[in-house]
Amino acid sequence: MGQVEKILETRELNVNMGPQHPATHGVLRLVLDIDGETVVKVTPYVGYLHRGIEKLGENLTYFQALPLTDRMDYIASMTNNIGYVNAVERLFGIEAPERAKFIRTMVGEMARISSHLLWIATHALDIGAMTVFLYAFREREWLLGLFEMICGARLTVTYPRIGGVRNDVSQEFLDSLYKFTDEFPSRILDYETLIDQNRIWLKRTKGIGVISAEEAINWGLTGPTLRGSGVLYDVRKHTPYDAYDKVDFDVPIGTEGDTYDRYRCRMLEFRQSNRIIRQCIEKLPNGPIMADAPKFTLPPKDYILKDMEHLISQFILITKGPAVPEGEIYVATEVPKGELGFYFVSDGSGRPYRMRVRAPSFVHASVLPRLCVGHLVADVIANIGTIDIVLGECDR
Amino acid sequence: MNITGQEVIDFLIKVGIIIIKIAVVLGIALLHVAYATYFERKVIGHMQVRLGPMRVGPHGLLQPIADGIKLFFKEDILPANADKPVFYLAPVIFMASAMVNLSVIPFTKNFVIANLNVGLLFIFAIAGLGVYGIFISGWASNSKYSFIGGLRSSAQVISYEVAMGLSLVGVMVMAGSLNLTDIVKAQRDSPWGMFIIPQIVGFIVFTIAAVAETNRAPFDLPEAESELVAGYFVEYSGFRFALFFLGEYTAMLIISSIAAVCFLGGWTIPWYITKALPFLSHVPGIVWFLLKVYLFIFLYYWLRATLPRYRYDQLMAIGWKILIPVALANIVVTGLVKILL
Amino acid sequence: MAVVLERIGPSHYKKMEPLEIAEKIKERFPLEVVEVTSFRDQVSVTVKKDRIVDICRYLHDDPDLDFDHLRDLCGVDYLGKKEPRFEVVYHLYSIRHRHMIRLKAQVPENDLRINSVTSVWVGANWHERECFDMFGIVFKGHPDLRRILMPEDWEGHPLRKDYPLKGPEKEWPGFIEVIEKAKEFREFEWGA
Repeated sequence: MGQVEKILETRELNVNMGPQHPATHGVLRLVLDIDGETVVKVTPYVGYLHRGIEKLGENLTYFQALPLTDRMDYIASMTNNIGYVNAVERLFGIEAPERAKFIRTMVGEMARISSHLLWIATHALDIGAMTVFLYAFREREWLLGLFEMICGARLTVTYPRIGGVRNDVSQEFLDSLYKFTDEFPSRILDYETLIDQNRIWLKRTKGIGVISAEEAINWGLTGPTLRGSGVLYDVRKHTPYDAYDKVDFDVPIGTEGDTYDRYRCRMLEFRQSNRIIRQCIEKLPNGPIMADAPKFTLPPKDYILKDMEHLISQFILITKGPAVPEGEIYVATEVPKGELGFYFVSDGSGRPYRMRVRAPSFVHASVLPRLCVGHLVADVIANIGTIDIVLGECDR
Repeated sequence: MNITGQEVIDFLIKVGIIIIKIAVVLGIALLHVAYATYFERKVIGHMQVRLGPMRVGPHGLLQPIADGIKLFFKEDILPANADKPVFYLAPVIFMASAMVNLSVIPFTKNFVIANLNVGLLFIFAIAGLGVYGIFISGWASNSKYSFIGGLRSSAQVISYEVAMGLSLVGVMVMAGSLNLTDIVKAQRDSPWGMFIIPQIVGFIVFTIAAVAETNRAPFDLPEAESELVAGYFVEYSGFRFALFFLGEYTAMLIISSIAAVCFLGGWTIPWYITKALPFLSHVPGIVWFLLKVYLFIFLYYWLRATLPRYRYDQLMAIGWKILIPVALANIVVTGLVKILL
Repeated sequence: MAVVLERIGPSHYKKMEPLEIAEKIKERFPLEVVEVTSFRDQVSVTVKKDRIVDICRYLHDDPDLDFDHLRDLCGVDYLGKKEPRFEVVYHLYSIRHRHMIRLKAQVPENDLRINSVTSVWVGANWHERECFDMFGIVFKGHPDLRRILMPEDWEGHPLRKDYPLKGPEKEWPGFIEVIEKAKEFREFEWGA
């Protein structure tokens, strides 16, 4: 190297994106090495929202730990609850009654829609389409109102219970929800009119963050992020839980594995979720909403208020926990972000010996360097949006 | 030299009139800028199924004033590692370069502060200075985000200045003048009434370049909030931030005025309209001018509510590979037609 | 259109029973398998840690097994319950054949080292970092073994059973730094 080259040598600029950055969806921190506008290296840092949910879960009884799961993916807390109760029920060896299963499926799909709505809102806003954000929030508001109607909470619902659901749904709620499903498909068209065939949107998403099917599986991606690459993997189909084997729905998959295909996958999932909700309302059977297993499920509230035995039973179940068989169980459910797995090791006491949460966002965040390197800074933002992460779930 | 008292008085009166004109124009312009923000928030609000500002005054009419007062009294934060004199200077350059341009805009017949022979060139020259404000602020803040924003902005504005300049050459050729008042007069006397009809290609190129030149969506990369937080003025607060804000909206006003003057006929309306609807000729010229300006500003807001943001390399590709060749072709065609007819 | 809707038929996959898979592993690695347990249709195969990468490679590459999806990787601390104290648990799933198996590799307390499986599944990267962070198990051959959820200078491994639940004996240095900064900037506070 001559003297001139030495002087003209350029250095990469080291930019710290996050944890307080409008586009990192929470407290994700990325350290970017950029050469001009091209990203050379990405190092993600997570853990800013680490609350030790696994450790907390190990020191609470199974009933007490349920509200913790709301705080993981706080955008779709219902699906987290459902994942948790499904795993615990499998560990206890009990099964929720049919009506509870349909209700869970229904509210789970509502949560999926509301989570995807937040995703399309922020993803479009990151890419610069501002109006989609407010359109999507209009519908999300509607859904949150429906959640409020069903259980009184909008965000952290804690509605499903081990062995069933907290309370039965009213006819009024079902009617409002049905009206929503009537209306919603035309609202999806609203978003699509704005961005689906928009040249700028296509330019910003096609061929960005491409990942092949084999590679995506190897990275452990799940959910729409994996299906965008053309892999047919959906826990609802592969190992059906709740009432997913009794409703009819398709799984949209992409072909290219780029940001646009993942976007299309989620847009089509809107319609499928809508379909599932309609079927659930139409097929909703009558019957109890809690499993008949007094040793493992909390007694109904009005019984507790009436007689001593039920009060004692509830007190013991909550504070000491049920007598759980010794063993270990891993149960996966399909949450909006991907595969949410709960792994319990039981030592026979009322508290889990080990509670492990396999969070899809955690795995998806790890793939960011693979997606971003070689692209431009603006694509980093598109990629953060397309993998759809929630840091509450990532850091647990 | 022999200066009589009368001459001195005449001179002073002239200066006085100019100063009054400047004051009037500045006052009106700043009020317009303030209410342009209100207009924007209302327009975009209604496009996004919400109401926009509603709390301050009836229908939020006093919102811009409240915002102005708030920005005045906010703490002026100076980053510890900033290059202080330059940091102070940057918003002033940006604002001043936008404001100076107001002086050559003919708002209505015989109302222009400085009727320059080279008005159009003057505007380009001064608008070019505005980039210094942006770039200096990006540099002086000593923040990486604002640095990238400043770099992006200077590259963008310089590229699109070329396209914008070329798109206006057709108008210059047709009018045969660089004086903005003459351009309007040429339009009034032309068979089309306004230059947008023969110069439609130039107008489209101008519109796109104008959006990029003023750093507005979908070309708002220098201040792309999702990428660079706020771009070049990320470290500015309080009144210094307000200066950038005012500068940006004044620049929009200027660009819209140029569009109105060069393509839409300024304060005049085409003769065929007045022939069809004679009562319209009693409407004062300033009304037509403002109507055209606000139409163009509305276009800005409409774009912002509808479109996603371009990526940096795509933006550059549009500028250099599409707009500039199209503008050049437009010049050639206009020139040939002018010679042949 | 780039995206298609696909209906899933049960015809094109070859699901194996979990115990069958366990048998297959036992056959292939007779010296490695310590124990096979079954609970609620889920089978765990406990193995020694030394040849874990070979076992995983076999499970991943064998066309009948084809465990292409690493569902989860985590540690478990059996303090006072079992010897050896730690286990690294791998949940494997085959997306093509739709079967699942749980591998558990024993890691004794006096030798907290195990080979990394990142060469088999790239996605194991962050899981292993988390396991290191929470249990202190060192993964040999891992490309970038740092703490992930806890701060870099944190002391101890929180998910171990002997980690104190309450009252840290001393503050984390990062927090002390924050408190000192806050004292320093007190003069800028409102109403100061």
